[in-house]
Amino acid sequence: MPMEKSLKRPALLAGVLIALIALPAVADATGYAALTSLATRVLIYGIAAASLNFVLGYGGMVSFGHAAFFGIGGYVVGILYQHYSLGEPLFGFIPGTNQLLITIPVALVISGLMAALIGALSLRTGGVQFIMITLAFAQMLFFLFVSLKTYGGDDGLIIRRANELPGLNMRDKQTVYYVCLTVTVAFFFVLWRIVNSRFGNVIVGLRQSEKRMAAIGLPAYRYKLMAFVISGMGCGLAGALMANFLRYASPDMIHWTKSGELMVMVILGGVGTLFGPLLGAAVFIVLESILASWTENWQLGLGLILLFVVLYTQGGVQGLGTRLFGRRA
Amino acid sequence: MTPVLNVQGMVKRFGGLLATDHVDLTVKPGEIHALIGPNGAGKTTLISQLMGELRQNEGTIELDGVPITTLPTARRVSMGLARTFQITCLLPDYTVLDNVAIAVQVRQGHSFRFWGNVRHEHQLGESARGFLDAAGLGDRAGELVANLSHGEQKQLELAVALATKPRLLLLDEPMAGLGHVESQQMIEMLRGLRSQVSMLLVEHDMEAVFALADRISVLVYGRIIATGTVDEIRDNPEVRTAYLGEGDELC
Amino acid sequence: MTLFLEQMLNGVQFGVMLFLLAAGLTLIFGIMGVINLAHGSIYMIGAYAGTWAAAETGSFWLGIPAALAAAAVTGAAIEFLVVRRLYQRDHLDQVLATFGLILIFNQTITILFGRQPLFVSMPEMLGGSVELLPGLVYPVYRLAIIAVGLLVALGLYLLINKTRIGMLVRAGSTNREMVRALGVDIRLLYTLVFGLGALLAGLAGFMAGPILAVQVGMGEQILITTFVVVVIGGVGSIRGAFFASLILGVVDTGLRAYLPGLLRQVMVGPEADALGAGISSMGIYLLMAIVLLIRPKGLFIRNS
Repeated sequence: MPMEKSLKRPALLAGVLIALIALPAVADATGYAALTSLATRVLIYGIAAASLNFVLGYGGMVSFGHAAFFGIGGYVVGILYQHYSLGEPLFGFIPGTNQLLITIPVALVISGLMAALIGALSLRTGGVQFIMITLAFAQMLFFLFVSLKTYGGDDGLIIRRANELPGLNMRDKQTVYYVCLTVTVAFFFVLWRIVNSRFGNVIVGLRQSEKRMAAIGLPAYRYKLMAFVISGMGCGLAGALMANFLRYASPDMIHWTKSGELMVMVILGGVGTLFGPLLGAAVFIVLESILASWTENWQLGLGLILLFVVLYTQGGVQGLGTRLFGRRA
Repeated sequence: MTPVLNVQGMVKRFGGLLATDHVDLTVKPGEIHALIGPNGAGKTTLISQLMGELRQNEGTIELDGVPITTLPTARRVSMGLARTFQITCLLPDYTVLDNVAIAVQVRQGHSFRFWGNVRHEHQLGESARGFLDAAGLGDRAGELVANLSHGEQKQLELAVALATKPRLLLLDEPMAGLGHVESQQMIEMLRGLRSQVSMLLVEHDMEAVFALADRISVLVYGRIIATGTVDEIRDNPEVRTAYLGEGDELC
Repeated sequence: MTLFLEQMLNGVQFGVMLFLLAAGLTLIFGIMGVINLAHGSIYMIGAYAGTWAAAETGSFWLGIPAALAAAAVTGAAIEFLVVRRLYQRDHLDQVLATFGLILIFNQTITILFGRQPLFVSMPEMLGGSVELLPGLVYPVYRLAIIAVGLLVALGLYLLINKTRIGMLVRAGSTNREMVRALGVDIRLLYTLVFGLGALLAGLAGFMAGPILAVQVGMGEQILITTFVVVVIGGVGSIRGAFFASLILGVVDTGLRAYLPGLLRQVMVGPEADALGAGISSMGIYLLMAIVLLIRPKGLFIRNS
């Protein structure tokens, strides 16, 4: 049995990867070109949801404010682009840029710093307070960006052209897809290493029993904070990609419903599994597209499905995801 | 000789209730010091304060002569304090081996290592296996904690505590809920450990206490009413009326 | 000076509205350990039901029973059908299930009433203004809200400190298991607490009608502010919720009123207004950050 399982998993992953590589060609050939855009969104939200899942599923910290880091990633790309296109340095000395190889690392750093700040405060409590505090801080950033008229305020920032990557034509949707796919593969590889590392081991331990971890001598706060920062950086990465894909960054990226949607993706795919959130993102995006094509009140359907999943499946969809895509760490 | 544990004037209040009432307590190197007392006497509360899980209102705690009164739990553990839980507190989704290995990992230093696969670190596994064998759980290493019997969970509690390489072990009712045979095994195991580690043993099972303890302290309503050797405590009239006489635990 | 007093009164009025919601939320957290995001939806439903009934009948006063009844029915339905299944679940399930409820309620209201905000006119006897002090003219309606809020606070104080139910509520918010051990019908207690919270939220929603637009999304906006109240006041503490509500109401109103003016002295008008509005909408969250630094469990929870 273990032998079979250890072969099954890499084989399944390889199959999924090949399908993802072939997807744009198949989409074009069959006339469903929109499928490539849909898949790009799935990959990007998959990164965001998997990042959230790292604190939520592996670490047991229920953050309701991860859209904040998603939005920060997006705004880093947008703000740097605006200063690049206007030729005015930010704060008078930081030049703007339209280079993806610069904007992505900057997005990672800034979202990581914000996560450190918000996490340092929120992790001083736990349980119900933690949920409310993360939600409240995200709402604070929402209001901040709404009030920043320089960067579009309510309306958001339009990014006229996606960031450039040397040697690639980023105006081509397929190229953007492949860039996102490459980043996704790299991201999940890094996440896989972290989850199975010594660090991941204590994070999963903390979810199971903080009391036990303290009794074996673990100072919990710094580890939880680090996990929160890593998770925030992942969401920042996703936000930066999303801003490039949509060529748009807006306060909507930080809206509390976005945090909720990320959580829904996590639970649809499987809490505490590596690839579950990617599956959840796919289910969510496809569901959204289908429901929205039927009725403009698609959120009603989403709400009912969500309620059903939480109340009655007892990890049903999650269990399916677990069986197909991963095992609990 | 400096005692391993030296508690002076410890007080803990919950609202108007005195849970710990000016407790002085020492554990000498190599000693098994038993703490007995009726239910609700404040024994578990005392252990929680020693570990730093609860903060006392007054008093000082020294470990090997070093004050630890204000240190957080993690620091106390790294300095050589460890406990077991009366109601077992283990990592339920992990295997028996994982539970011990993570304690070894934490003892070895910080866990800010993000890359190598922890399950492939053979020295962690081997070290953990050593503690499991010593606790008599060697053949259960791959089992999930949820599938262990109550007695096995108690043994695992002990193995995890030992994996932190403590100088002083705080045992919160290690015999509670064990059958007669399991109790005998636990007594043998603790007796075998006395050369390596000093112990503060909170226990209701008087047979175990008399078999193991070098000294006994009696805690009633948060106050220590007597401390002495096994014989002194057995013959102390105050103790007999306050504690030993009231139940049939001697039988 | 009179302008300042007027702003303070506005702050107190906003504060008591927050209190009506926060009281229910904090009790539900404290006693049942459930986080209910749909509490804001009950507020919205109270507002819609009351405003609609008032418009249909032409009587503001008939709006009150309609709002209370709708809130009570919704609250009972939520408790019976959803929340009751969540007591034993973890917070994640509670958040997701009640997030689903928000989506359902918001869309249902949109289908029933459309996206245009509803307005309700005030009854004549509350429509005017009175001169409280020489030069300080203040709308009667807002004074009435303050009066209702303070009465509710007094009523809750008496209920919790002087009655048997209150004793159970107090015991329950500190030690859930103990209340169970006393042989109390815990389900009934839960239902009562949840129903009380729903009634207060519905009342707040209806009272907000004449001064705010009644629209979809109104519930979540105030819900998040209410969370800040609960964090600052301390989970489970009605007293904390009361004082934190008033503090937040006054701070928020004060910042919005005075910050743009202060900024305009150092920068150009429109920019000062935008920045001022931004910072003042962040003010309460910054206050929460400070409280978390000093007393992470809340200002009104004793550290034991």
